[in-house]
Amino acid sequence: MFAFIVRRIGQAVLVMLVISLVGFSIKNRIGDPVRDVVGERVTPAERAALRQKLGLNDPFLVQYVRFVENALKGDLGLSFFYKKPALKVIISKAPATLELVFVTALILIVVSLPIGVFTAIRPRNWFSRFTMAFSTLGVSIPVFLTAILLIYVFAVTLNWLPSYGRGLTVDIGGWQSGLLTLDGLKHLILPSISLASIMLPLFIRLIRAEMMEILETEYIKFAWAKGLRRSRIWFLHAFKNTLLPVITVFGVQIGIMFAFTILTETVFQWQGMGFMFLEAVERSDTSLLVAYLVVVGVIFVVVNTLVDIIYGLVNPTVRVAGRK
Amino acid sequence: MKATWQRFKSSYLLYSFRRDKVAMASFAVLVLLILTGLAAPLVSPYNPYDPSSIDIMNSELPPAWQDAGSRAFLLGTDVQGRDMVSTMIYGLRLSILIGCGAVTLQALIGIFIGLIAGYIGGKVDALLMRLADIQLSFPYLMVAIFISAIFQVAFGIGRYAELAVPLLIVIIGLSEWPVYARTIRASVIGEKNKEYVEAARVIGLNRRLIMVRHILPNTITSVLVISTIQVANAVMSEAALSFLGLGMPVTKPSLGSLIRSGFEYIFSGSWWITIFPGILLVIFVLVINLLGDWLRDVLNPKLYKGA
Repeated sequence: MFAFIVRRIGQAVLVMLVISLVGFSIKNRIGDPVRDVVGERVTPAERAALRQKLGLNDPFLVQYVRFVENALKGDLGLSFFYKKPALKVIISKAPATLELVFVTALILIVVSLPIGVFTAIRPRNWFSRFTMAFSTLGVSIPVFLTAILLIYVFAVTLNWLPSYGRGLTVDIGGWQSGLLTLDGLKHLILPSISLASIMLPLFIRLIRAEMMEILETEYIKFAWAKGLRRSRIWFLHAFKNTLLPVITVFGVQIGIMFAFTILTETVFQWQGMGFMFLEAVERSDTSLLVAYLVVVGVIFVVVNTLVDIIYGLVNPTVRVAGRK
Repeated sequence: MKATWQRFKSSYLLYSFRRDKVAMASFAVLVLLILTGLAAPLVSPYNPYDPSSIDIMNSELPPAWQDAGSRAFLLGTDVQGRDMVSTMIYGLRLSILIGCGAVTLQALIGIFIGLIAGYIGGKVDALLMRLADIQLSFPYLMVAIFISAIFQVAFGIGRYAELAVPLLIVIIGLSEWPVYARTIRASVIGEKNKEYVEAARVIGLNRRLIMVRHILPNTITSVLVISTIQVANAVMSEAALSFLGLGMPVTKPSLGSLIRSGFEYIFSGSWWITIFPGILLVIFVLVINLLGDWLRDVLNPKLYKGA
């Protein structure tokens, strides 16, 4: 087990190195660190002096090592637009995105588990058929279209819910939370529903497929033969074993949700990391762009590694298969 | 040629197609949409790229069946006074072009890398597949967004807009090749120890010939199965990128950029500018997905769970 964890972490470090190399190349080739520091109104002579001072004339590799060293210390460069360290900007935007992802994950669990289990134990019921047909339609609707439709119906036509921004937030030790005010919660409803809508079909299908497979196994047949109560077989024996693969996929999908937050945040003007990223692209704020790349990379790598390790702990066949 | 047609006529593929109403209906809709898109200059009532056919006085007209609507514009007009039907047909054409182009590129890169990794094996295989794994650990949409963001900053917004079509093909192509590489590699490994490959080797054919002429044709089924879904994915990616403003510019709108440009007018009640392109996009992606599901079931029942 120890060897498995070490190997998995080694892979994670390797991936992070690749990401940092990509990030650094962008910064080096496209960005202009001199501009990030002093802006555009500086004479060419001063500019050249500053280039030398910042070490921009050093060989590529030397600069790359410096970039990685700085990144490890938490210094990802200055944002040209915000005039602040890029990492600080990202951290200030993180709560909005994290709260959105959290609420979406909550919706996903609450909705997909019962529906997935139901469609597995009653595959011929009309509701199950309807759900399966609807899930194909569901994956064909892009998340921004769902968001627009929700806005049109609930914000423009019915005027029930707000359509943009986070609403009233409460400051808890630097964390701007919208979860504690009624207004903030209202603002969360539409974005989280549209974000959940894109993942929901996948989860329901996954839970259904896993559960149906488990229901075919020997030990479930044995449980039927023993004459156990239906509910006990379904919800205790079968359901427990369905959860394991579902939890793994859930972990990975939380990462994928970050990609979709960029779209959702754009539609709802949600002041999170994704919205900030697009603004950075429009403003050619290279440092901020690279910082976002690195931060998202870290999130992904950490989540993937943790999920793999946890899965390895629970399911020994994974680590044996990986050993060779 | 005739023999191939005969074989196709009695094949299981055609048999199950003719028994599946959903597959037939989606195929019909798909063919209709593709033909409409390809023949856009012939079938669309106006040319949305031609400034002389656009009259700003016609802007934001609702669909013809509403009171303020005009008979000349069936689905209404957008803010610049362009006919919605025409812009949608031209947009569909761009979406199809970019989707198919991107999938071709994905397939080319993926087949090349997959063949080499699978046939040569060893260190080359390990390196290439590790690369694919790294990329696959990120969602393709994220990769596409990153690449396009980098391109946009590198090229500048104006130049990016000019080159949008080839750039988008490259972006979406680069973001999803690992799917093909992995699938091809798996089938190559399955094929390469079979007798016909050994026979080819004994005759003394070189490696390239064995790979391309003998192994590749036997991996085509799996390519076909993933290609349909990949086209749907590519069209969705393109729409998402365009919606974010990282794709087609508003002057040459694809379905995604039409949705984007219509979005801000939804608050003033002009829903049709956004909703109609949206519906068209959903129908297009949906029929491809339905066909893809059907094809996957018919050609490769084993793939069903894994994919």
